[in-house]
Amino acid sequence: MSAQTLESKLAILSDAAKYDASCASSGSTKRDSRDGKGLGSNGGSGICHAYAPDGRCISLLKILMTNFCIYDCAYCVNRVSSNVQRARFTVDEVVKLTIEFYRRNYIEGLFLSSGIIRSPDVTMSDMVQIARKLRHEENFRGYIHLKTIPDAAPELIAEAGLLADRLSINVELPTDAAVTQLAPEKNPAQIRKAMAYVRLRKQESADRSHTGKQPPRFAPAGQSTQVIVGADASNDATILGQSTRLYSSYGLKRVYYSAFSPIPDSSKNLPLIRPPLQREHRLYQADWLLRFYGFELDEITGVTPDGNLELDFDPKLAWALAHRGVFPLDVNRASRELLLRVPGFGVKTVNRILSTRRHRSLRYEDLTRIGVSMKKAGAFVTATGWSPAALTDSAGLRARFAPPPEQLSLL
Amino acid sequence: MTMPSIGTALAWRDAARTLISANVPPQSVTWGDEAEPPGLWDTDPPAVGETAVTVPRGFIALANAVVWHNDPARFALLYRVLWRLRDTPHLMSDRADADLAALRQMEKNVHRCQHKMKAFVRFRDVGTPGDARRSFAAWFEPTHHTVEPTAPFFARRFGDMDWRIITPDVSASFINGQITLAAGQAKPPLPEDASEQLWTTYFRNIFNPARLKVKAMQSEMPKKYWKNMPETAAIPEMIENAPARVQEMNRAAPTIPPLRAAKVLKHVATLGTVWSGSPDELTAAISACTRCDLHCNATQAVLGEGPSDAALMIVGEQPGDQEDLAGRPFVGPAGKLFDQLAKEAGLDREKAYVTNAVKHFKFKPQGRRRIHQRPNTSEVLHCKWWLDAERAAVKPKVILAMGATAALALTGNCSDMAGRRGVARILADDTQLVLTFHPSYILRIRDPGERHAAANDLRRDLALAHRLSLKPE
Repeated sequence: MSAQTLESKLAILSDAAKYDASCASSGSTKRDSRDGKGLGSNGGSGICHAYAPDGRCISLLKILMTNFCIYDCAYCVNRVSSNVQRARFTVDEVVKLTIEFYRRNYIEGLFLSSGIIRSPDVTMSDMVQIARKLRHEENFRGYIHLKTIPDAAPELIAEAGLLADRLSINVELPTDAAVTQLAPEKNPAQIRKAMAYVRLRKQESADRSHTGKQPPRFAPAGQSTQVIVGADASNDATILGQSTRLYSSYGLKRVYYSAFSPIPDSSKNLPLIRPPLQREHRLYQADWLLRFYGFELDEITGVTPDGNLELDFDPKLAWALAHRGVFPLDVNRASRELLLRVPGFGVKTVNRILSTRRHRSLRYEDLTRIGVSMKKAGAFVTATGWSPAALTDSAGLRARFAPPPEQLSLL
Repeated sequence: MTMPSIGTALAWRDAARTLISANVPPQSVTWGDEAEPPGLWDTDPPAVGETAVTVPRGFIALANAVVWHNDPARFALLYRVLWRLRDTPHLMSDRADADLAALRQMEKNVHRCQHKMKAFVRFRDVGTPGDARRSFAAWFEPTHHTVEPTAPFFARRFGDMDWRIITPDVSASFINGQITLAAGQAKPPLPEDASEQLWTTYFRNIFNPARLKVKAMQSEMPKKYWKNMPETAAIPEMIENAPARVQEMNRAAPTIPPLRAAKVLKHVATLGTVWSGSPDELTAAISACTRCDLHCNATQAVLGEGPSDAALMIVGEQPGDQEDLAGRPFVGPAGKLFDQLAKEAGLDREKAYVTNAVKHFKFKPQGRRRIHQRPNTSEVLHCKWWLDAERAAVKPKVILAMGATAALALTGNCSDMAGRRGVARILADDTQLVLTFHPSYILRIRDPGERHAAANDLRRDLALAHRLSLKPE
């Protein structure tokens, strides 16, 4: 076999990395290189440096260290039984790519993941070596996201957390049973233990020592995980149930939902499907409602009998249509908690309404100026000079929001 | 009032302060950009008046963004709101005010333009190899006057290199840590940069053709920016080929797994397992081990020895020449040194469980001698099975790992011992672990001073492990 060029390795190993949804580069410690002794900065909020035609942002150089893997996960393009072309970066190649891309303002940093080679410890130790070289030899102050290998030794995870901004461990599937079936080498209990370890280390690093000294920050941008949607038969209630458990147990920053998407050389154990993109989108919306809008899990998933979110309506609208007795709400009097339940009102909008109604009573046009989409919210609120009258309870309301009927394709 | 195109924010603030302190109402001021000719009835600005002006903090932030907008009416609108703020200081928290809504919209536009500039500027390498600082340049076409307010961002980010951002509006350069602003320029010829090809390769391959969402891409990356971004040239072809690629994936029949898959999976099956026999059978099982090839050449597996309820477990690397012959750990030259140092540290070897990370001797025959070979990672991992079984049987409170191989088996990390030794750390099962040098390392040091220092370190670590093992729970 002839030696692969850097470019062909990059092609193979970025192609292999694209099934990881996370690309966040936000929420870490603020730092910069104004002292002239290093490269890179981190300002709190992330920057998306490009967008691919799949609509996803490209913020980090998202690559695998290698796509050789000893595991055989049915949904994964890199599983050992797949015949995709394999490649492996050296430590220096990853470091050079990251630095050169960063200097040209292509990226915010590196998202390094890897197939598992030889053993989890060996793999993790190579990944940590890359991060160490970037931080200590290249004085790189940009963002680093390391995928953690759950079975790796705690000491390696500990070092990874001190070098990286974010650590992530994928739970992969919504239930332990599905993991056992589709990813037989992975151990769900071990994955949870690793997430628990990261949370504990994060807590420790937040405590000051008795001298008042702050210990080095551990994974300042937190940890995240990803779950594949549509590869097993779990319904949305199961998926969101797992997410709420993960958020509350391990203090995750994000749970990413990734619609199971066709891979080259698929496994015969897992037939390909059209990626359920709309379902993925609804799951993200529901995830937000759970975390920022005060919704309970069974409120969202209880709207439909089968525990799946409605695909035609966003989960908040679906809830509102099923609970019309609560509406219409008076925007000039209703509490914050209730305003957050109005379809078309976001957290920012509600804050603006609350600050503005201290000065005046709000009219329809005030609401549009504040940024409300009254097309959506109009049926659920009253304002000075605006009442939806019978619209809130009308039988046709549901149809107003339903997407236009689509002509079925003949082919 | 004419506003310069560089330093606009300060100029507007000074002008507004002068006017408002002199009580000049908004309708008697005309504002203009530098580019506009002065009006026929323009007069000189008045002298600073007596009235002290206080402005809500929110307005200053708003004005500092809005001045960079390209709408010529921005200065007048800002001044009008400033004028109104004199009587209604709470105006800033009114989210429904029409003037403020217009200003906020401008602020949003400017922030978005700044954000897109941070994201879409593409530098090319213009330096020569061997320069002390590397040097980059970019051509960019911002919608609003955002070069000046965004330049500090690039200075913070690219502190160790020189850069220039050239635009038709204002150009910024950062040379040796100094930001300089200059008038806009025409597009200069910039040298080709080989990294652009790599970047485009990345862009092509990170794209998932099964999730085509062109509108989502364009709303975040409007076409007006495309011409200065190298990767966008690939977009039409990526979109065009996407459906065919997905069809191809769906149509392809599952292939037969490569030959190595079965072998690898067999190896994986051994990774997660633990030895499940009874502790009494452990020694016999280790003696009969054929998990890796080392057993073929060695005389025998060298078992650990010591009380089966020892509070301290000492782990070395592997048996050496003497140990392989005798079938006992730590009896060769390194073992002798270990015994001596242990004694000096007050540690009774008989009370500790002494074993090795790898149970068989790995060597290369050279003439009439056997030269010690360091076990590779795979061998260490195979033998970790036995070490874990020994740990489970003895349940020590403290483990002293001597040398990088023992550290690898216990922590997964075999990096330099000098920086890691001498402190107690906690393993996943709450056992305490102390790392230290291997005695044979000390024997290899030539310089007597260094050898002495390393021996002292090892003795200290032995004492530490001993102390920890005596400490009550």
